[in-house]
Amino acid sequence: MKLTVRIWRQSGSGDRGRMVSYAVQDIRPEMSFLEMLDVLNQDLITNGEDPVAFDHDCREGICGACGVVINGRAHGPEQTTTCQLHMRAFRDGDVIDVEPWRATGFPVVKDLVVDRSALDRIVQAGGYITAPTGSAPEAHAIPVPKHDAELAFDNATCIGCGACVAACPNGSAMLFTSAKVTHLNVLPQGRPEREQRVLDMVAAMDDEGFGGCTNTGECVKSCPKELPFASIARLNREFLRASR
Amino acid sequence: MSVVQHHVGRPVSDTKAPDVALERRWDERRFTAKLVNPANRRRHRVIVVGTGLAGASAGATLAEQGYHVVQLCFQDSPRRAHSVAAQGGINAAKNYRNDGDSVHRLFYDTVKGGDFRSRESNVYRLAEISTQIIDQAVAQGVPFAREYGGLLDTRSFGGVQVQRTFYARGQTGQQLLLGAYQALSRQIDAGRVEMHARTEMLDLIVVDGRARGIIARNLVTGQITTHVADAVVLATGGYGNVFYLSTNAKGSNASAIWRAHRRGAYFANPCFTQIHPTCIPRSGVHQSKLTLMSESLRNDGRIWVPKVQGDTRSPDQIPMDERDYYLERMYPSFGNLVPRDIASRAAKNQCDAGFGVGPGGLGVYLDFGDAIQELGRPAIEARYGNLFDMYQRITAEDPYQVPMRIYPAIHYTMGGLWVDYDLQSTVPGLFVIGEANFSDHGANRLGASALMQGLADGYFVVPTTINDYIGSNTFDAVPAAHPTVQQTQRDGQARLERLLSIGGTRTVDSFHRELGLLLWDHCGMSRNESGLREALERVPELRADFWHSVRVPGEGAELNQELEKANRVADFLELAELMLVDALVREESCGGHFREEHQTAAGEALRDDARFSHVAVWEHGDRPVLHREELTFDHVRPTQRSYT
Repeated sequence: MKLTVRIWRQSGSGDRGRMVSYAVQDIRPEMSFLEMLDVLNQDLITNGEDPVAFDHDCREGICGACGVVINGRAHGPEQTTTCQLHMRAFRDGDVIDVEPWRATGFPVVKDLVVDRSALDRIVQAGGYITAPTGSAPEAHAIPVPKHDAELAFDNATCIGCGACVAACPNGSAMLFTSAKVTHLNVLPQGRPEREQRVLDMVAAMDDEGFGGCTNTGECVKSCPKELPFASIARLNREFLRASR
Repeated sequence: MSVVQHHVGRPVSDTKAPDVALERRWDERRFTAKLVNPANRRRHRVIVVGTGLAGASAGATLAEQGYHVVQLCFQDSPRRAHSVAAQGGINAAKNYRNDGDSVHRLFYDTVKGGDFRSRESNVYRLAEISTQIIDQAVAQGVPFAREYGGLLDTRSFGGVQVQRTFYARGQTGQQLLLGAYQALSRQIDAGRVEMHARTEMLDLIVVDGRARGIIARNLVTGQITTHVADAVVLATGGYGNVFYLSTNAKGSNASAIWRAHRRGAYFANPCFTQIHPTCIPRSGVHQSKLTLMSESLRNDGRIWVPKVQGDTRSPDQIPMDERDYYLERMYPSFGNLVPRDIASRAAKNQCDAGFGVGPGGLGVYLDFGDAIQELGRPAIEARYGNLFDMYQRITAEDPYQVPMRIYPAIHYTMGGLWVDYDLQSTVPGLFVIGEANFSDHGANRLGASALMQGLADGYFVVPTTINDYIGSNTFDAVPAAHPTVQQTQRDGQARLERLLSIGGTRTVDSFHRELGLLLWDHCGMSRNESGLREALERVPELRADFWHSVRVPGEGAELNQELEKANRVADFLELAELMLVDALVREESCGGHFREEHQTAAGEALRDDARFSHVAVWEHGDRPVLHREELTFDHVRPTQRSYT
């Protein structure tokens, strides 16, 4: 395939940035989207140009490092991580726009790389169970109903890629935060801190400049791990319960 | 080249394991290890490099004990370290199934699975600690799979006949890592861990023979920073990416352990690499990495090839009696659950003999047809749903309808920096944990044991043993102006400037791919003397070529991903040579190290215990110096491994 990719280039936080058009050739359908960018970068380096910076690591859809907006959609046309999108999703001659996550909470570092450390700080505010390391009660001491364990897992599967924020018209981090609150609050081990957790995490989310949630649902449409939309309602319920 | 390019040095030994009964060693060591007064701990700084299972658990635990922890990861968040990608599970000798499991059995299975090339003391401790890991993870809210009664579910894994593997769907590594990451986050919030993400260690600072800090590069600004401490813990993972194509994350690298090796830490068993049998075959020359399909798939999937060479019929057109379920035929008692090294080699042999399927004949079938018929599709979906989705996404084939195609790929490195029972390297004050050390898996690691080892080292072992080191030593302040600190920093800076100034014609990736292919061909699933010697001539040439004609664009004082890669590949080009020398010197086959000259009539690995029942421990020098650590087996009698 021959393609035209228009990519956001920005040398750093001080640069205004612009879209730059590149022609790429010899793209095969079984290549991943990131392998297409690899091909482009190898060409750029060989021609003495600056390669496109983008985050990626595991390239198997679990580390959450990769993530760009492709033709206006976070992670592109299929609901998966950018690294798991393959070029068979495109056709010969296509023009593809590639941009970084755009949100107040995620400042651009360079090209397609953004700073998502705000998500780490939300977790630091209360996204954990205070279990001292090194000693713990016997694992079978507290049975967990299978349904609760499954619900916890469905939320714990979040990879922290930030697509939910990028997709949200308000730049809200509600899906991310609600998934962690739900994962921990539904488990008996997480109950003792349930009120403080939700209050602290929501406060941290607001401090980081993420927008408010208006239930547009764009987040779940872009979430590669299909986090439940209902978790946002659960967070609101937990928040109200804790605020009483 | 007719002689091996190395010298032989004096033997080394582990002096830290107490000389008491095997079952009492860890207890005894915990008693004899000095304690540090909690009030004094905050005056001691400890650097932890890496935030995978080992690093995150160590950082969280050391901080909780009261140490001032300085922690680094090259990723943009500690939650992304490659432990996150481990799928299948974590072993623990809980014996919840009442199926005859015990600490001793887990110990025995691990020593045997490692083909009798690991240390009894360490492995026993690992088995002992395994049960506490599950308790710890559950307390942190790790959502393991559960039965309807609310108790934990377990499954079986390769190389064992009990069900001791705990799991969280196909994302066990992710869930355990998030547990450790959250514990670490709690300490960051409490101000006890100073976390530096997007920061990569460039070198180790050794003052008066002891590890006293590191220099690191801020990957966003390019600034080179110095961090001084009383002890350094490396938790930087394995070096599988030396092969370019592996199941490791793209950023996984050997630079931290290799720089430490050059500063005096001995490197053990560098040629012990693990090839994982169930990976998705490569699809073309553009391939940038390989994806693993969890070994747990072998619980229900049956592996086969057509009985006729070059059979191009689609798999559903090949009747049962024209299929060769070769693992079930060759190893009737373990069947598809033989250890990884055996399953990988068997697949390679089938493909080499012309029975392979798919593009280039580099694949075998992993077929769930029978399991779906027997258990129903929902049961298979519940067990492996995400793995099937992943396979379909990558290959555009539906494994519920068509058998998966799998082929072996580089997955894990058993070799690593040499450590004693305390997990301390030959540089005092430098501790090495998780995959970065060599300690527990011998010549082959059993499935679901990497997570176990990383967490055992991080939550339980190093927090105990580091007390002994800190409590037994005094630490003068090392000022930033100290000549060694200054020199180490200048060395790191000079190396980056040199890489940037070469201005050649070839990309970093092109060198990395060439190196990887060379190693895969000559130091991969099977090795022989002439191949190893050929590669030993080629690697130094390639390295010279790299330093002459690599092209690293951009500058040092910015986010420069090509510079990061170049710096890592430069180290891989040195490490590769040591792997080859080690593979050449070990004239036997054991576990993942298969020397074609040394095999049984049935084509199985043939150990030579009389000559090679030792750890090969390498000291850096103009020519590497081989020290040997003899292995003694008092509790498990080394036998020819048999899984028939």
